[in-house]
Amino acid sequence: MSEIDKHPAFNALRRLTPARLRLDPEGGPATLESVLDFQLSHAKARDAIWKPVDWEAVEAGIGGAEVIRVHSRAEDRGVYIRRPDLGRRLRERDADTLPEGPFDAVIVLADGLSADAVNTNSAEVMTGLVGAFSDLKLGPIVLAEQGRVGIGDEIGERMGAKLVVMVIGERPGLSLTTSLGAYLTINPRVGTPDSSRNCVSNIHNSGGLSAEKAVAKIDWLVRHALKLGVTGVGLKDNSDKILIE
Amino acid sequence: MKFEHIAGGETHAFASLAQVMAAATPLRSGDELAGIAASSEANRVAARYVLADLPLTHFLNDVVVPYESDEVTRLIIDSHDAEAFAPFRSMTVGDLRNWLLSDAADAVSLAKAARGFTPEMIAAVSKLMRNQDLIAVAAKTEVITRFRSTVGLKGRLSTRLQPNHPSDDLRGIAAAILDGLLQGSGDAVIGINPASDSIQNCTDLLWALDGLRQEFDIPTQSCVLTHVTNSMEIMESGGPVDLVFQSIAGTQAANEGFGVTLSILKEAQEAALGLKRGTVGTDCMYFETGQGAPLSADAHHGVDQQTLEARAYAVARAFDPFLVNSVVGFIGPEYLYNGKQVIRAGLEDHFCGKLLGLPMGMDVCYTNHVDADQDDMDTLACLLGAAGVNFVICVPGSDDVMLSYQTLSFEDGRWMRSISGARPAPEFEGWLARMGLEQMGPDRAIPDMSAMMKRMGLAAE
Repeated sequence: MSEIDKHPAFNALRRLTPARLRLDPEGGPATLESVLDFQLSHAKARDAIWKPVDWEAVEAGIGGAEVIRVHSRAEDRGVYIRRPDLGRRLRERDADTLPEGPFDAVIVLADGLSADAVNTNSAEVMTGLVGAFSDLKLGPIVLAEQGRVGIGDEIGERMGAKLVVMVIGERPGLSLTTSLGAYLTINPRVGTPDSSRNCVSNIHNSGGLSAEKAVAKIDWLVRHALKLGVTGVGLKDNSDKILIE
Repeated sequence: MKFEHIAGGETHAFASLAQVMAAATPLRSGDELAGIAASSEANRVAARYVLADLPLTHFLNDVVVPYESDEVTRLIIDSHDAEAFAPFRSMTVGDLRNWLLSDAADAVSLAKAARGFTPEMIAAVSKLMRNQDLIAVAAKTEVITRFRSTVGLKGRLSTRLQPNHPSDDLRGIAAAILDGLLQGSGDAVIGINPASDSIQNCTDLLWALDGLRQEFDIPTQSCVLTHVTNSMEIMESGGPVDLVFQSIAGTQAANEGFGVTLSILKEAQEAALGLKRGTVGTDCMYFETGQGAPLSADAHHGVDQQTLEARAYAVARAFDPFLVNSVVGFIGPEYLYNGKQVIRAGLEDHFCGKLLGLPMGMDVCYTNHVDADQDDMDTLACLLGAAGVNFVICVPGSDDVMLSYQTLSFEDGRWMRSISGARPAPEFEGWLARMGLEQMGPDRAIPDMSAMMKRMGLAAE
């Protein structure tokens, strides 16, 4: 008999939180059911972190936009996990392949900590952003392998971008592995502190921010950032108000 | 002072005390990231030979972070208890290791010595100790603290019930608290990491926790883990703050990154003491620490992360905390890469905290990008149980749905008590008995759950 059947009064409680409630007054060791469910969730999160992004499919999903592929200085996943500093810098031979702008904005897509997120959710976000920025002087889309948020700074700086939008796979949790985050940085330069960025997180289709809403939010932030010349703590996100109006 | 050792015909020279300390440290990713790890395995052991022969008095004259520019160094040096140190004045680090493992070191002599040790001395000796040594010596210490419950007595193991919710939903939090109480958790604290740090939200959470505690007359304390300045503001407007929480680190610059100074912490402690909310004692501060925090804040001064972690304990002990824990596997794999490194660091942190006189607990945990799993956590929990850890953190099903990391479950807390023969804090143990929750299993009378849910405001609608 499952826990849920034993104590029907608890069913209402389970709906109040995504936490893995036991709620069994008889106690005892964790049930095999819950142990295996936990292991499966953890295994999926680990796989999402360690498996590679299918960059060909991602590139195809973006449609006709011009794409440049680059790699960070972290040669593989193991180095990437250990050395965040290397994930923030471009491999030297890739740095010269980037066109010098100037551009109003450059969009970078990086694997970050979740291949799942990039494989599953990036196409809709990327095509949405390209569409939203059709009136801007937009550089080619840069796909950065083994990239951290900071690699967008070096890419944006080299391409003479006024602003860089970094879309990146977020660290998977046990309940969700497909969440993307987007980071906006004005006047990107190597070593830009995180306090100078705006972040739109939790972009996914499982109860998070939908691609459509995320694009609208990012678009609002980009327009205001370009107008005010600022991102980070100096740029307050009031996009929700605007979106409702 | 020349730091060098000849091993196998090769001379290993180190330019400074900080370099010896870093090189002597068991391998971990954070020291590699900082570029200060040993250059080879032989180099690591050579550094340990150097440390073993280093007089303890050396640490009083050669500081790893400058006295002039760092208030943590000034705290360490200025508050050093020369009288407590007197018996150790002529010892080397190696002598100290041998003394700690001898019968002369017992709960009484260790407590007496605590203020005579600097964090750097204790970090150094820990680098000469194997895991079993860290366990054996920590198990001899007894650090007892009191607020509404008594934590740290020999043969007792307390837990922090951590009922986090991704949107701070009060009913969702209450459901998780109920789950924890059913499994005997919560005698160290019922402590929430809020999803939103707004003063209003934190105040609402505190009133809800305090209401529950009073409704059931639970001999424990509550805490909302928000910034110390928020807690001060909440206390000022009459909010029910039991324990004041703050994350702290081992350098002034890293603490500045957290937005705290020693004087802010002092002010907060005085405000909380003024509320006189404790019933069996007045220890009212709760600190969290973790190896790698100063490096991530670019505030490490070329000092290894374990030594800096021990320095954070000097900050903690200046404020008579009720609880201190390291969040050992939470900081990330760039600091502690895998289960082996997390387990070692957990034992080091517990040992160093206890030796310096802290009521040390542990968040036995990891994030998904650390190469670790629940088997590693079982190992660390088991070892910490043997080492006499004051408390561990427990959440429903090991899965913190707000912070997205894995720590121990309520079942794991019960398992630790069962395999180490430890009982809950005495006041809480009495309460569990009164509530009919003292033992689990088919023989136990099932508490009237619908009545309990109703009193928690959780009755079905």
